[in-house]
Amino acid sequence: MSGLPTLIVSGILTGGIYGLLAMGLSLQYGVARVLNIAHGELVMVGALLTYTLYTGFGINPLVAAAIIGPLLFGIGFLLQITLFRGLKAWAPSQAAFEGNALLASFGLLYIINYIGLIRWGGVARAAYYLNYVVPLAGMSFRFNRVVAFAVAVVIGVAVYLFLTRSRMGRAIRATAEDPATAGLMGVNVNMVLALCFGLGALLAGVAGSLISTMSSVSSGIGFRNTVIALIVVVLGGLGSVPGSFIAGIIIGIVTSLVSGFWQPVLVVPVYYGILMVLLVVRPAGILGKK
Amino acid sequence: MDITRFISTHRKLLLVGFPLLIILVFLATLPLYGGVYYTRLLTTILMYVVLSVSWAMFSGSTGYMSLAPAAFFGVGIYTTGFLQNTLPFPVIIPIGGLLSFMLALLVGMVTLRLRGIYFTIFTFGLVVFMSEVVAALESELFGRVGQHINQLPGETIFYAMLVTAVATLLAIYFIRRSRLGLAMLSIGGNEEAAAHMGVNTTRMKVLTFAISAFFMGLAGVIMAPVKVYIDPRIAFSLSYSFMPILMSIFGGMGQFYGPVVGAAVFGYLEKTLRGQFSTYFMLGFGIILVVVILFLPNGIAGLVPMLQGKLSGVIAKLRKGGKAEQHANT
Repeated sequence: MSGLPTLIVSGILTGGIYGLLAMGLSLQYGVARVLNIAHGELVMVGALLTYTLYTGFGINPLVAAAIIGPLLFGIGFLLQITLFRGLKAWAPSQAAFEGNALLASFGLLYIINYIGLIRWGGVARAAYYLNYVVPLAGMSFRFNRVVAFAVAVVIGVAVYLFLTRSRMGRAIRATAEDPATAGLMGVNVNMVLALCFGLGALLAGVAGSLISTMSSVSSGIGFRNTVIALIVVVLGGLGSVPGSFIAGIIIGIVTSLVSGFWQPVLVVPVYYGILMVLLVVRPAGILGKK
Repeated sequence: MDITRFISTHRKLLLVGFPLLIILVFLATLPLYGGVYYTRLLTTILMYVVLSVSWAMFSGSTGYMSLAPAAFFGVGIYTTGFLQNTLPFPVIIPIGGLLSFMLALLVGMVTLRLRGIYFTIFTFGLVVFMSEVVAALESELFGRVGQHINQLPGETIFYAMLVTAVATLLAIYFIRRSRLGLAMLSIGGNEEAAAHMGVNTTRMKVLTFAISAFFMGLAGVIMAPVKVYIDPRIAFSLSYSFMPILMSIFGGMGQFYGPVVGAAVFGYLEKTLRGQFSTYFMLGFGIILVVVILFLPNGIAGLVPMLQGKLSGVIAKLRKGGKAEQHANT
């Protein structure tokens, strides 16, 4: 690691993954109003499943991502139509629902974390894929990071286009804006919420797959990924999908600079510094609505 | 003063106070005959009582979900770690509480002006943040991470925890009955309306959050000698956030005694079931949390008024039926 340009490009490459992470969380909170703090645990599941498929069955991690994504989509979809829909039906008010949903996802965090621990143990496992150095714009990077970034950008753009251009995307945005009116206009709100939740889980799973190609993963990585995703989401503006992606890149660059010039231990304290300043100065985030 | 009159006017106080006194005497004399195991078990339960009651005091009444009990508890543990060789233990206890209080004050002042979601997000990562800060501080001061804690007799720890638990319960009992408690409830009900009624909502929230953190810090200091060895990972373990939340929700946050019941049940379960199957039980605790939120949002304490209502409904029906019959007969 040396030189400012290298660090910045390296940060951008990492930031793509962070953006993907945060986009899922942002979608879930923005539409379904569930602050899913179990998000990082789904990343862990995605990463470790990729590891198992790659080392056990010889399945290419990028193909594995295409298997795991739909699988986690199903899990997210089911969670929304059972657990969170049930909570919504019981809750006396919107605020009570958000509180209960948050605590329920805290329970999920614990459940998924321990399932991961029981299935895969606590040891770090590495499934490096495409782990060789390639030149990029006069600097050299490991190829898996470049591929992961490219995949993240493609998926990010695809989700953005889906939300802004498709009929379903319009229904999703309408539901985020005002669920009651959207329902009156003929949008199947329950379906939309389940779809968004599933999509969020899918993005978490794919992010996990990409992470497992370039670094070692264990059942304990979930918590940290949730923290990163939360900070990126606040920076980008709660509920803003493009904001999340941009903020992901910013946080990626910050991470890379702090660990390159300073100490990796100080990354989380620096995130907190950013978060604190942000909450004091502009809590709505860079692309959020006031 | 006429004794019968005293009894009739303070009936409720006596009805609740007398059993409480018996429990307190039982607890205070326990180390004399209970043995090491039960003393330790009760110390753990009392610790969870402090953590869950103080968590429920803030998050239960205002609806602002704090996910950081472990951060304040860990600050307490590490206060012992840093000061154990320079200050006597009884002096460290309030210092740990005050450090937690100040941390909560800072966090509250930044986040509690905003919507609850930002507060939750901030507190969620606070545990990791504190553990990394402490790790950096520790390696700076001692050149290594992790340290041994001087042992103390089990009875000393037990009595310190008992006093803390009683103090916490008393403090929270009085806060609930004070203007502050009323303000908290109004914030939980409708924050905007509370603000219009002249409640300084931000100040109230920050203050209560800091008070709840104070007690968590005390519990941390006292529990430190039980752990022979600490490092930031042990001191800031996620379980210390998870267990108090599980206990409060299971017991029910609407009632004062709810979190106490939850702490007793799960403190006992955790202490007795933990061992070689610990991961499975922790998995089970997670499932219990989700199921309780889904099917029993008011917890065990929420069942009592519900059952009471049903029972009195049945009794009223019987009475009414009886009267109607009489009426028909005449």
